[in-house]
Amino acid sequence: MSEHLAILPILIPLFGGLFMLLPPFAGPQKYQYRRVATLVLMLLQIGCSVLLMLQVINQGATFYAVGNWQPPFGIVLFADRLALLLVLLNGILGLGATLYAFAGSDREGKYFHPLLQFQLMGINGAFLTGDLFNLFVFFEVLLIASYALLVHGGGKQKTLANVHYVILNLIGSSLFLFALGTLYGTTGTLNIADMSLRIAQLSAGELVIAKAGGLLLLIVFGLKAAMLPLHFWLPRTYAAAPAAVAALFAIMTKVGIYGIFRVYTVIFGEQAGELAGMVQPWIWPLAFLTITIGAIGALASPNLRHLAANLVIISVGTLLVAFALRTPEATAAGLFYLVHSTLVTGALFLIADMLGQQRGKALDWFVMARKVSQPALLGILFFVAAMTVAGLPPFSGFIGKLVILQSAHSAAEMLWIWPIILIAGLVSIVALSRAGTTLFWRYSGEGDNTQKLSRWQISGAILLLLGSPLMVIFGASVTDYTQAAATQLHGLQGLFEVMNLQGGSK
Amino acid sequence: MEALYVFCVGILTFSGIFLCLRGRTFPVVLGLTLLSYAVNLFLFSSGRLRLDGAAILGTSESYTDPLPQALVLTAIVIGFAMIAFVVILAMRARADLGNDFVDGREPPDADQAIKPTRGKV
Repeated sequence: MSEHLAILPILIPLFGGLFMLLPPFAGPQKYQYRRVATLVLMLLQIGCSVLLMLQVINQGATFYAVGNWQPPFGIVLFADRLALLLVLLNGILGLGATLYAFAGSDREGKYFHPLLQFQLMGINGAFLTGDLFNLFVFFEVLLIASYALLVHGGGKQKTLANVHYVILNLIGSSLFLFALGTLYGTTGTLNIADMSLRIAQLSAGELVIAKAGGLLLLIVFGLKAAMLPLHFWLPRTYAAAPAAVAALFAIMTKVGIYGIFRVYTVIFGEQAGELAGMVQPWIWPLAFLTITIGAIGALASPNLRHLAANLVIISVGTLLVAFALRTPEATAAGLFYLVHSTLVTGALFLIADMLGQQRGKALDWFVMARKVSQPALLGILFFVAAMTVAGLPPFSGFIGKLVILQSAHSAAEMLWIWPIILIAGLVSIVALSRAGTTLFWRYSGEGDNTQKLSRWQISGAILLLLGSPLMVIFGASVTDYTQAAATQLHGLQGLFEVMNLQGGSK
Repeated sequence: MEALYVFCVGILTFSGIFLCLRGRTFPVVLGLTLLSYAVNLFLFSSGRLRLDGAAILGTSESYTDPLPQALVLTAIVIGFAMIAFVVILAMRARADLGNDFVDGREPPDADQAIKPTRGKV
């Protein structure tokens, strides 16, 4: 059993989603069954990733050869600390999103729960796979589920946002395949670890082609991660998505970031000879510009959902900075920040939706509207989320930014990183305080007391927000874990040993 | 053979990208289709072009790399599903938004650009 554990985070949502399409669960009246099934599946998935995580902590990284075809020939899943951290994060975020949807938004369309499972399957697969083409396949799985989830409930805005989102991502998929063809043509392998060995042995002519392939991949991951100048789709898409889906989408940009971390640390890492660190000159300016444009967007946001989407862009920029530093220490800092920012931006989308529900037609737009009928509860939730996302103590955002700032060592790095990240934090505080004062304090007339929040909604938002204080209380163990994950990611020799690949043999 | 192959992939990619940049959903869908054709051909060529080579060992004198064929098969299936989805989405957008522009509204200068033929079409 334990040797098949690595594939379970993919199989559980796959079969779970399929079963939910069958008669016992299908049909508009059976939504209670689907809810119970989803809850069970989510808990199974989280339990499974925790088990796998414990196994990896105790015994080191493992790989799972699908169909027992050994690397470098077969498709492998690679379970290391980094992948499992993200799989667990995905499970928790998914649980929060489904709990929130139980309040009723899951009944706006027939297939919410199965689609959500397929989306989780795609995301888990993308994190776990050790094969570039398999990564493409899982990207497509998560994308096609997200296309359908984005229009869940229907409406003009959702269709409009979805047209852009789908077309852009289809072009992205084509580029992904071009990049894969180029890399396969030069290195003759698709296994990430094996490619990392082969890339150092290329002739000068092949190097140029491999470099083109590598840079094409950067465009693909940049599009997924919403790196400047490929971020224009994000605010509109995330603002149009139903709240529970938008919360889950908070991890979708992180899939792109994960791809950048994995591919450019392992394949184009230190061992890659001439191609080592080839994307660094691009990532530095793009990271800073991404933060800047996110901060400007945050100031210009007309409603809370747009603001949350722009905060996602700022977090993407910050993570790119952590990548660009290229030390295990900075990667560890980035991972801590990644977990924190995913949970809190997910929670912000849920809070925006709850506020919109109580403010009548004004929704979450920053205009004068009727009073929020549960100001204390929503105010506390918003306040905690705002403090966390802006990076104020005592919440996890503070520690997340602190460790990133600490990982900049040389004077030149500090000169660039410190002001930009700190100013972006300040801008977030300004934007969020403007949002908070308008939403809670500028009102005309009394609230509509019929629009009480459901317990499901509150529990979903609290589950996501709880991550922040927990990451502070257990800060030492979380940073220990992320440091070990980063060391594992950067320690390529360990990867080759796990996969039984011989360095230098062709 | 290589030159012809490269030429075809290049033309398909060029046309695909050109059509993707159009303002209406129909040309964009066509562009995506052409782009996926170009990608499939390109992927196929990543195992080198070889005549009279079988993908199975022992069935002919020379053999060719079987992996790109498997990759192309996967890419075709996925590409086909995605195109089907985008076609349905484009029709839905036409119904929901009342026009077939990718942006959901006519561009400001569309009147002048389209006027000459609008009456006849």
